[in-house]
Amino acid sequence: MAINATVNTSINEEEQTGCLQSMVYSHEVRGEASKDSINVFYEMVTALSGDQPPVVMTHKDHQFIHVRQGGLYWVASTKTNPSPFTIIEFLNRLAALTKDYCGSLSEKSVRLNFALIYELLDEMVDFGYIQTTSTDILKNFIQTEAVSSKPFSLFDLSNVGLFGAETQQSKVAPSVAASRPIMSSRGEQGGKNEIFVDVIERLSVVIGSNGVLMKADIQGEIRIKCFLPTCSEMRIGLNEELNIGKSQLKGYSSAVRVDECRFHQAVKLDEFDTFRILKVCPSQGEQTVMQYQLCDELPCAPPFQLFPSVEKDYVNRVLIFLKLRCDLPPKSTALNVSITVPVPKGSVSMSQELSSPDQTAELQPKNKALLWEIPRFPGGAQLSALFKVDVPGLSSASLLEVGPVSMSFELPKQTCTGLQIRFLRLSPTQTGLSQRWVRYVTHSDSYTIRI
Amino acid sequence: MNILDDMGAPEEPTMPYFGSEETVKELKRALSNPHVQADRLRYKNYITKVIRYMTQGLDVSALFMDMVKASATVDIVQKKLVYLYMCTYASDKPDLALLAINTLRKDCADPNPMVRGLALRNMCNFRMPGMPEYIEQPIVAGLRDKASYVRRVAVLGCAKMHSLQPNTDIDGSIVNELYALLRDPDPVVLVNCLRALEEILKDEGGVVINKPIAHHLLNRMKDLDSWAQSEVLTFLLRYRPRSDDELFDILSLLDAFLQSAHAHVAVATLRLFLHLASAHPAVQADALLRTSAPLLATCGAASRELRFAGLCHVQQVMRSQPGLFATHYKRFFCGYSEPSYIKFRKMEILVELVNDENVALVLEELRSYCTDVSPELAQAAIAAIGRIARTYSEKCLDILTGLLALKQDHITSAVIQTFRDLVWFCPQSTAAVCQTVEACVDNPQDSEGKQALLWLLGEHGEQISSAPYVMEGYIDGLKTELSSAVKMELLSASVKMFLCRPAETQDMLGRLLHYYIEEESDMCVRDRALLYYRVLQRGVEETRKVVTGPKSDPSMSVLTGRQEEPISLWASTFNTLGPLSGWDLCLQTAVISASEPSGSAENELLPGSTDVTLSSPNDTQEEISLSLGPPLSHETFEKMWLDLEILHRQTLGFPRPKTAPDTLQAALQLVKIQTLAFTPGDAVPWKAYLYTRGTGTLILAELLQEDPDAPDSEGSLVVSVKQQPGNQQTIRGFVLILKSVLQTLNVDPL
Repeated sequence: MAINATVNTSINEEEQTGCLQSMVYSHEVRGEASKDSINVFYEMVTALSGDQPPVVMTHKDHQFIHVRQGGLYWVASTKTNPSPFTIIEFLNRLAALTKDYCGSLSEKSVRLNFALIYELLDEMVDFGYIQTTSTDILKNFIQTEAVSSKPFSLFDLSNVGLFGAETQQSKVAPSVAASRPIMSSRGEQGGKNEIFVDVIERLSVVIGSNGVLMKADIQGEIRIKCFLPTCSEMRIGLNEELNIGKSQLKGYSSAVRVDECRFHQAVKLDEFDTFRILKVCPSQGEQTVMQYQLCDELPCAPPFQLFPSVEKDYVNRVLIFLKLRCDLPPKSTALNVSITVPVPKGSVSMSQELSSPDQTAELQPKNKALLWEIPRFPGGAQLSALFKVDVPGLSSASLLEVGPVSMSFELPKQTCTGLQIRFLRLSPTQTGLSQRWVRYVTHSDSYTIRI
Repeated sequence: MNILDDMGAPEEPTMPYFGSEETVKELKRALSNPHVQADRLRYKNYITKVIRYMTQGLDVSALFMDMVKASATVDIVQKKLVYLYMCTYASDKPDLALLAINTLRKDCADPNPMVRGLALRNMCNFRMPGMPEYIEQPIVAGLRDKASYVRRVAVLGCAKMHSLQPNTDIDGSIVNELYALLRDPDPVVLVNCLRALEEILKDEGGVVINKPIAHHLLNRMKDLDSWAQSEVLTFLLRYRPRSDDELFDILSLLDAFLQSAHAHVAVATLRLFLHLASAHPAVQADALLRTSAPLLATCGAASRELRFAGLCHVQQVMRSQPGLFATHYKRFFCGYSEPSYIKFRKMEILVELVNDENVALVLEELRSYCTDVSPELAQAAIAAIGRIARTYSEKCLDILTGLLALKQDHITSAVIQTFRDLVWFCPQSTAAVCQTVEACVDNPQDSEGKQALLWLLGEHGEQISSAPYVMEGYIDGLKTELSSAVKMELLSASVKMFLCRPAETQDMLGRLLHYYIEEESDMCVRDRALLYYRVLQRGVEETRKVVTGPKSDPSMSVLTGRQEEPISLWASTFNTLGPLSGWDLCLQTAVISASEPSGSAENELLPGSTDVTLSSPNDTQEEISLSLGPPLSHETFEKMWLDLEILHRQTLGFPRPKTAPDTLQAALQLVKIQTLAFTPGDAVPWKAYLYTRGTGTLILAELLQEDPDAPDSEGSLVVSVKQQPGNQQTIRGFVLILKSVLQTLNVDPL
């Protein structure tokens, strides 16, 4: 069956209160969907309980397939039975392109740029059929300029977070540097011929109660964000001692190993086997040139070790003492570390002793958990915290409910696999000065330590 | 930027329904103001404003005339916006829209291919009567345009034109031209041709994929972008290679796509492999093995929705190859921040993956979910441990017993329910379970938990010494019990208990029966109590014969290790929405038979030869098999019938068979068509409602015969078919089968 998709994209924004919502943009491609189908979708998606799989919903003979990106729902509706992978990946691609062209994804930027999004969709989808999603082709047709929701400023360093990476020139590219529209105002800050190459790893770890690493899994990707209108071939050099696959023997020195990797189809690999060089002509916008993964082992020590102790204090109080050590090299820092500890049901209040004022901790009775947040955590440091939780009617079995501890954090300038970019070379024919930035980040939203 | 000045604050009211008339008037005034028209930027900003209101749901159709004027411009952005406006309102204002057509037709001859393509695309998007005559000529010209951009638009324009006049005859010359354009150098034109042909020839079975076309498509695969690749792979599902040599040539050509970086291409390739190699299980297994890496990667993708789709398809694959992902079980551990719908799927997969090596780690992982803040998730985790307990009972019983100590209602209830299922499937664990239940002080509070506990007490009362006392507690509180299911269970359990421990139970059973017979208002419970009362009057031995049955079903334990299903059971729904929405579960009975091309369809359908391409596919090509599946209630049928649209209506050309109704019903049942209802024999009009399942879809049908003596009816049967999800081929097969049955009955009245 064909992917005869009626991509009828509407975007609903869910406000934080959850009661005031509005449709931001909808585009009807085939005239099959009734006028109120957006409202129908909206009613269905808000009526879902958290446990129902929401990705595909059926209303009469219409199927709605949606993804959530940037707090917005991206919806396709169809009357046929198409490939879910195609539709989901297309919607993700649409969201990524919208982000490329508008600079950021939010209800506001979508509202401001509806004409641009219409232009995009009109070229991407005709009569419900995907025509192209390549920025190289689209850039010839997209004429509307993006309206930035806030003027871009290089000096806006207020939220240096995710990226604050050093480059060859050891300058700092602010984290918002890459979140501007790819075609924004060619006159003003345009002409900034920048290329960002980001190595992003997602780490997920389970550490047993005895401190032994039970599961480790790294999903990584090399992502290029290119602001050059046209770019000739670029050579990206990875670690020369990069091994791929389980069978290969490790070298003598610090070999970097990944289990498997996959490349964007435009990447030329003729120099990859011998020199670990990727050759690619980046298109304008963002693209993932390489994805890789590593399972079941970590080349470095797990970034955090936890030494917990949970005791029953007198009658109705649990004492939770957590000592957390960051095993990163001393020069590195973990950012936005948040630690969630489940507490017994019926916990009513909590007092805490934290080691520095920038840390916060709160009890969330609704989630049966306490949340401890540390904005900056230097490598090699050890922080401890004591929580006294009042639980009326505490039994000794209630202590079993404490744990496992879940953490999320970001490690800027770090890759857990050790994958590095040795060099970035643009071919000498490339005209105009271009700035190249290499940034590394590891984040984890699934770092679990059993107690 | 000037745009913002004229548009006012960008955060204007999002739902400008209030005072909308004022807004429209104001815009109209501005658009017709010559000063505004003279200032290009201001003019454009007003147009942008109109479109903004339109996309937010405000009716701005009153501005149509002013917008048509605005379309005559050299500014492409403005043109695009005005075209968007015109497409939206053309069907409401057909007479005014005709005015716009002249501008559009002029643009179709513009020297700039972008303008040509844009105008043609938008003109084809107008949905109003009479459109085809205006667009036919530009479309035909567009098919031969030298710019591929215009050709792409024109090709889809053919499909749009057909959808505007769905009931007219198919234009053979356009179909031939589209077949010829499959050879176009531009890959998007090629794929658009397939899509357009598929729509135009929908009633004849869609685009024909014969050997030359299939090989052409295969050779072009590498030029296509990933979207086109996965779509072409889906079209290729229709092609059947003639020989094994050809089959393996195709497979080796496609081999690289199994490992594509795009999950949708890898999965589409896998589906094609499974389909083509249905006679070669080893090839299928190899393809599954090679695709397991991309599938696993989607299960860990950053996008939750993709992860969910990946998990659902992994589950499908595991139905046939449970061992394929066993070594990767850690990939299915739940992340703390994942939404519940993903966690549920992961737990289901983990249960299937358990083996001797990983059981300890999997159980430890599941144990940590049992205290999750979501009660549903915690209960699902407990049920998952219960499933594993059928094989590894000792380890699991320890965990489950430990959970009881938490004294939380939802956990206790889930554990007790798990125990009940466990002793039924796995009798050797009975002693341990009874010991635990005995020691458990807290009783479940919800009705499912109560039922489970009562069942355990009744069935295994002789092993739980405290059973009568627990039971007595329930009988003492029977006035406060609301759930009739619990009441029924209480009755059955008390009677069973009486049989094994009469001395302790007799008195309370008497009280229970007395209360239920004299005072209970729920008729079901009262009748059940009366039934037990009468049975008990027959004496204890008689009662024992009636009431006690097997305490477990050892034969079921053989089934706990799920049997491996043949791949063909699910291959047809692989990479469709089925696995995500659970259709494949309810339609598991649907059997697919690959449509073998018959001899007559073998003639080479070369693109470009008029006579053959339009010949309707031969009947024998349409073999489908129907199945009955679970019965459909009248209410469900009625609801679905009202919800769905008629996909197919056909006059059969003969009156209804004059056989007795049950003969008709029996005959239809023979071919697996279920009759839901029909009007009595001589009623006019005569109607019958039927349903069946086939190729993973549910088919509903109505047979209707108007008054045969009415002047304008030929007295022949009309069949209307509805289907969910839609599949034209199945409908055609269904109608053929139905027709042949009815004809047989007509010829040969039994």
